[in-house]
Amino acid sequence: MHNGGKIIIGLIIFLILITFPIWYNVANDRAGYSPELEKAVRGDNCIRDSAWMRPYHMDLLNTWRDQVVRQGVRFETGPDGSTYELSLSNTCLSCHENKDKFCDQCHNYLGVDPYCWNCHIVPKEIQP
Amino acid sequence: MSVERRKFLKLAGLTALGLAGGASPRALTDDSSTIDTTAATPEGPSGPLTAKRWAMVVDVKKCQEHGRCDDCKVACHLVHNVPDFGNPKDEIKWIWKESFEHAFYDQENEHLPEELKHTETPVLCNHCDNPPCVRVCPTQATWKREQDGIVMMDWHRCIGCRYCVVACPYGSRSFNWRDPRPHIMKTQLDFPTRMRGVVEKCTFCEERLVRGELPACVTACKAGALVFGDLEDPDSEVRKLLAERFSIRRKPGLGTQPEVYYLV
Repeated sequence: MHNGGKIIIGLIIFLILITFPIWYNVANDRAGYSPELEKAVRGDNCIRDSAWMRPYHMDLLNTWRDQVVRQGVRFETGPDGSTYELSLSNTCLSCHENKDKFCDQCHNYLGVDPYCWNCHIVPKEIQP
Repeated sequence: MSVERRKFLKLAGLTALGLAGGASPRALTDDSSTIDTTAATPEGPSGPLTAKRWAMVVDVKKCQEHGRCDDCKVACHLVHNVPDFGNPKDEIKWIWKESFEHAFYDQENEHLPEELKHTETPVLCNHCDNPPCVRVCPTQATWKREQDGIVMMDWHRCIGCRYCVVACPYGSRSFNWRDPRPHIMKTQLDFPTRMRGVVEKCTFCEERLVRGELPACVTACKAGALVFGDLEDPDSEVRKLLAERFSIRRKPGLGTQPEVYYLV
């Protein structure tokens, strides 16, 4: 192999660089980090259980969007018999009122950037 | 050397396949059928306001007698978080006052009554029966609701192509050239704002109708010049007014069948 030594050294440097985020987090004692969500400020139980909500809330919100805007259906009775408005700002955020400590925790961790908030209002951010 | 490369490629291909298979468990287990969409209970003191064909009647005389006021515009723009950029180039408007000769340029006969010539009349989206904006929208972000004839806007879908702005013969549609959020006077928490790059217009307050409330402009008008009702209901107030008095519509010759009537 021509220039074998240089190639191997280059590969080692490359591997160190590409795994840098892992070393960095281990060095900073954040290796086992997982996002911690703030508990709902009010309300006893969510309209769905959190195990379902965690992977599917975006599908639920998309369904709500289509129901409200396209079909004009603004209220729904959940599996537990309670009726609620299909609204991100008025229903979800009335209990989980702190977007920074709830939504953003996972979204930042996973590097997703939903554009809900370009239009939908976070009541806490608006109030003085 | 060549054998090694072949082996390497095979291995790389298999690895890529394995990664692709493992990366999409959500797509395979996606199950949104648990959402119950059948039961829907409306809220509000008297339930939602419904009609077969919503329409508005503007009493130009009453509006004019009350003097120059902007209550309808102020109320509408407040509840819908309509921004005020302070210059006509970026202006966003859902309802506004227009001089008679501008609103009805094709009916501007000579020697009109003086008071009519100088009057200002509120104009808004006409929620046409044959809306040209709907025909040109490439994404169906605007469409005519089958149940009550309201020409709706879906701001999630609007891609900002502005075909509808060009197609609307009434200038009822406005485009957000800039981020509207910093220019909203007093943000209402129960209505979303818009973002840069979408078109907006009057929606006949469909979000208020579903709560059992009349449109904001109708409620705000102290002169009672704006009347809102069901055109298909022979006993409705709009039908009575249209039967009693002569009414005109804006640019009827275009065949858009506007559903905002003006009593002159």
